[in-house]
Amino acid sequence: MPQKSIRQALNEALAQEMRRDPTVVVIGEDVAGGAATEGQRDAYGGVLGVTKGLIGEFGESRVIDTPITESAIMGAAAGAAVTGLRPVAELMFSDFFGVCFDQIFNQAAKFRYMFGGKAKTPLVIRTMIGAGRSAAAQHSQSPYHIFTSVPGLKCVVPSNAYDAKGLLIQAIRDDDPVVFCEHKLMYDLRAEVPDEPYTIPFGEANIVRDGDDVTVVALSRMVHYTNEAADTLAKEGIECELIDPRTTSPLDEDTILESVERTGRLVIIDEATPRCSIATDIAALVADKAFAALKAPVRRVTAPHTPVPFAPVLEKLYIPSPERIAAAIREVHGYAA
Amino acid sequence: MSSAVTAITMPKWGLTMIEGTVVGWLKQQGQRFAEGEEILEIETPKITNVVEASSAGTLRRIVAQAGVTLPVGGLLAVVAVDEVPEAEIDAFVADFAVPERSAGQEAEAEGVKPRDIEVAGRRLRYLELGEGNGVPVLLVHGFGADLNTWMFTQPALAATRRTVALDLPGHGGSAKEVGVGDTEGLTDAVDGALDALGIERVHLVGHSMGGAVAALAALGRPELVASLTLIASAGLGPEINVSFIDGFVRASRRREATEVLGLLVDDPALVSRAMVEDVLRYKRLDGVTAALSKIAERWFARGQQSLDLTGRLAGLAVPVQVIWGRDDRIIPVAHAEALARRLPVHIIEAAGHLPHMEKAGEVNRLIERFISLS
Repeated sequence: MPQKSIRQALNEALAQEMRRDPTVVVIGEDVAGGAATEGQRDAYGGVLGVTKGLIGEFGESRVIDTPITESAIMGAAAGAAVTGLRPVAELMFSDFFGVCFDQIFNQAAKFRYMFGGKAKTPLVIRTMIGAGRSAAAQHSQSPYHIFTSVPGLKCVVPSNAYDAKGLLIQAIRDDDPVVFCEHKLMYDLRAEVPDEPYTIPFGEANIVRDGDDVTVVALSRMVHYTNEAADTLAKEGIECELIDPRTTSPLDEDTILESVERTGRLVIIDEATPRCSIATDIAALVADKAFAALKAPVRRVTAPHTPVPFAPVLEKLYIPSPERIAAAIREVHGYAA
Repeated sequence: MSSAVTAITMPKWGLTMIEGTVVGWLKQQGQRFAEGEEILEIETPKITNVVEASSAGTLRRIVAQAGVTLPVGGLLAVVAVDEVPEAEIDAFVADFAVPERSAGQEAEAEGVKPRDIEVAGRRLRYLELGEGNGVPVLLVHGFGADLNTWMFTQPALAATRRTVALDLPGHGGSAKEVGVGDTEGLTDAVDGALDALGIERVHLVGHSMGGAVAALAALGRPELVASLTLIASAGLGPEINVSFIDGFVRASRRREATEVLGLLVDDPALVSRAMVEDVLRYKRLDGVTAALSKIAERWFARGQQSLDLTGRLAGLAVPVQVIWGRDDRIIPVAHAEALARRLPVHIIEAAGHLPHMEKAGEVNRLIERFISLS
């Protein structure tokens, strides 16, 4: 099966859905690959090349470059969604959600409910998350926990190219607004990806590796760091069960709870800040529903409660490392009441 | 018994296997064994299975102890008669060329990978293994499966002849378009594949629905068919476990899929999470649920099989054998027992609907023996 990068997988998902369904449109800053002026067209295909080639195949009416105004992008996309299109709107950096959150949080997320189920809002918001490029405090955050906390929004956080394609196609076909979070350091990460279109259901976690000693839940780029840590720990005789929820809303609670029922130990790895986060949410879930199974305290490995530092050495300390992850798992594994 | 020193190496089970881990040895160093005896157990992320002796000998040296992981082709043990001196065994181990870690991947790159053919405008995927003067074998999988169901069968048969495992329309890597999903559509695919691959004489081996497809192909062109092996075959009676068929078509999540796949085997431990993931990956592809629904509707409507070939098989001038698992929970073993008076029928103990995977060595020997006589 062909190996594809996350960038290629997302591009293929967009192109295949646009071919299949003429109501699918792409809208955002630079999605047509330039200023849409003569000679500039498709030079990039989005700042990271995810939408490259779409303007050539589908034209300006379906690949819409916008001014630098997130509120207009999200407002236009939410309105288009509720009136019959399936827009894939790009919020270049998730850090910018603040200027367009009324359109997402108070409009798109509420339409179905406010209109008594008579309206649907098939909107996808593609957005970049993640630290690690010294892009500083305003371009490096991972605020998926904020989207997850909003009833009416779904939130997808893929960790590999296979999942990225299947989850993006599912997001486009879904009748509710979906925030799709792409980690900016993973676009070149490759995996086997079928050429055909396929969908992965929301709320179905992926079990990345089996193990009976400690349950470890990780998201996005942290899945790979955790897998690295788990390789190290396996040599020490500690077998981790690594669960990648893939979607934080809906969350596959059953897979996490069943695993903890078996292992009695849980560590959660999250690149986001720790307060009111996915890590905290999952810790609460397990304390609430699987308390009796726990043999050790639940540990969270997260960023500190600070802005993302610009200085590379500090940024490196900020992001959970395989070493920190391994140390936390070791500690939970060795805990005896 | 040969006086040569031979190696037991890490087998390659399925397209994606790169390495395997020794679970444990069922024979001890120095112990003698006969052909077909179980020597050791190997585990991959997808499956655990035993390695059987391909000929009689003495297990002179265990090289890879339990827990050791080796690439495909890696040296597990050395076999020789008792008279061969220890020094010669030492030399054999020392000289053994250790394949690179990526041997499996290289083999795939070198052509041991599936290819596509066009049959009546539709793309069909197939895997070809082996060559030789023997009449080729064509392997036809069952409902919802693909050519990987033959991961233990095909390499064994390929030792002496050309073997082809086909993905039926709507299955595996073949096009997902199945028309109305009827018997003719699937049989035409097999027919067309034989022509497209230039196979003029063939041993057909079919499992479950693929058994009925192979039987129909044989009935249509008996002059081409040297023998027909039907494993837990459809088309031999009305009963079928419809909750399996419906459950398989419906399953989109790990939990449902694991439950449904557990019905296939006698020992549910055979259904690994990786195997469930493979099934889900196939089922998530656009068009698959539609294709399977159409096929199920045509083949297994109203809770039973719509096709009964028992009468027509009686008139078939081709040797036919029937292999079945005693504990089959999909198609009852009674279908095989009812044929025992007029056909060679082999009931495999402690096996469910996948005897060719659950008791691979035993089924491989039955197929090899039958086609060598036909």
